Amino acid sequence: MSETPGTQAGSGTLQLVSRRTYFKELALKNLFLLCAGVAVAGVVLIFAFVGVRGWPIFAEVGPWAFLAGREWNPTAGLYGILPLIYGSVVVMLGALAIGTPLAVGTAIFLSEIATPRVRSIVRPAVELLAGIPSVIYGFFGLIILRPIIADATGGLGFGAVTAWLILAIMIVPTIAAISEDALRSIPPGIREASYAMGATTWQTIYKVLVPAAKIGIIDAIILGMGRAIGETMAVLMVVGNAPVFPESISDPIATLTTQIVMDMPYAAGDHRTALFGMGIILFLVSMGLVALVRLMSRFQTAMESGR
Amino acid sequence: MALRATPVPDNAPNKITVKELDFFYGDFHALTDITVDIKEKAVTAFIGPSGCGKSTFLRCFNRMNDLIPGARAEGLVSLDGQDIFETGVDPVDLRRRIGMIFQQPNPFPMSIYDNVAFGPRLQGVSKKAELDEIVQHSLERANLWKEVKDILGRGGLTLSGGQQQRLCIARVLAVEPEVMLMDEPCSAIDPTSVQKIEDLMAELKDRITIIIVTHNMQQAARVSDFTAFFLQEVAGDPAILVEYDRTSNLFTSPKDRRTEDYITGRFG
Repeated sequence: MSETPGTQAGSGTLQLVSRRTYFKELALKNLFLLCAGVAVAGVVLIFAFVGVRGWPIFAEVGPWAFLAGREWNPTAGLYGILPLIYGSVVVMLGALAIGTPLAVGTAIFLSEIATPRVRSIVRPAVELLAGIPSVIYGFFGLIILRPIIADATGGLGFGAVTAWLILAIMIVPTIAAISEDALRSIPPGIREASYAMGATTWQTIYKVLVPAAKIGIIDAIILGMGRAIGETMAVLMVVGNAPVFPESISDPIATLTTQIVMDMPYAAGDHRTALFGMGIILFLVSMGLVALVRLMSRFQTAMESGR
Repeated sequence: MALRATPVPDNAPNKITVKELDFFYGDFHALTDITVDIKEKAVTAFIGPSGCGKSTFLRCFNRMNDLIPGARAEGLVSLDGQDIFETGVDPVDLRRRIGMIFQQPNPFPMSIYDNVAFGPRLQGVSKKAELDEIVQHSLERANLWKEVKDILGRGGLTLSGGQQQRLCIARVLAVEPEVMLMDEPCSAIDPTSVQKIEDLMAELKDRITIIIVTHNMQQAARVSDFTAFFLQEVAGDPAILVEYDRTSNLFTSPKDRRTEDYITGRFG
């Protein structure tokens, strides 16, 4: 009847849960709750901190001048972050444009084409990409890629193109791993049906499997987006760090994240507040992306059960 | 239709001929020395206990076993007199002529319409009117049209299990196959749907050669004209074809003792 330990079993002969077991279970349950609580508290505290420190910029400068201002010049009191938003978006889109086909191709290769032996070599290699510190990517970009880009485009090689190439490789493991999961979760019967209908491997992949894994692949791309927009160090090292609208794709630019790193050591007053304001924007963007992924999976569940 | 009750004549042409076929999964010898002639426009049933290689044998006909690493066949399987294992034979074309229905209904995760239009589209049919016509005709032949004609845009996976299996049949019929292989098509669906699929087989065999694997002997007796009984006598040994005859003979006066034991329920 009641969960309270130690009550008499009445006339029954069934043994009661011992007091010891009861408290051990209770303690464990709360321990795990605590673990989960720390993660949630972390998010809430960081958001609150960034929010409190950054919020005044919207009042001081005005939301319009802050978000849509075309000039970032703290010494002149100009805190327009539009060039930085522009830089972040350009860098992200370019990296996605190059990285997505690469990653989805890798996922298709791993899940549909590679023999188990080949897969056992390629998969760890791809996973290893995710383990390389971003400063190493930056280093590679700076020393190897930048001179090549400089030769190809003229200029110094600091700019969007170099960042695209580096970021494209950095987002491959994220997108490839999630896309591969999506492909592998398609029931084997679907593949058999396609082959039995006389489809070739290629037709099976692009007419059946990729459409079936579509939602998962889009999820993967969204998470890759999050990775691309949040990446700081590697981008910082190759992007040139000029908070302006570039004239070409090989001109130096800056992104929200790189500008925060560049300015944080010396910024004070409104300038510092503006950096926290940019933090709020980044926070909202990644929250939006996570929400998007949630929505997509809900959409998929709805599609499978209903319409 | 009285026509259906007429037995398949003895001089009916052979659609598929199998001579001395052996089949291996890597080191495992699954089937040995199978020789059988499959009659055209008839229903042939493969029966036998689980694990006796009847599905493996069925999958030889459209070379689905090619997809399994290490699987190989030795011997002759011919369709209309042409060896299907001959080098150069395109398994893709073979599978267009020999359709297959699986135990678990496996419609693609796309609309009912797109499921049926899948095969014709692979073959390059792209005109809407033509596809519409094929989709309707195929669903009609699969006795599913009335149930789905207003919901063609809905996902194939939203249908019931029995409807899904008929959708799979429509998907196969849409490419006008000459042979339809059915691998225990009724073991994962409800009894009412089983009835519908059995009726359907009787209608379809006017135009198509059907081979069905089943471990339901009553079903074999009900739907088939010919029956082949497979048996793996000793675990680890390859399975053999014990007896092959008209269904009416095999079930009433089996020639082999082992067949008799099986159909009378003494094992299996």
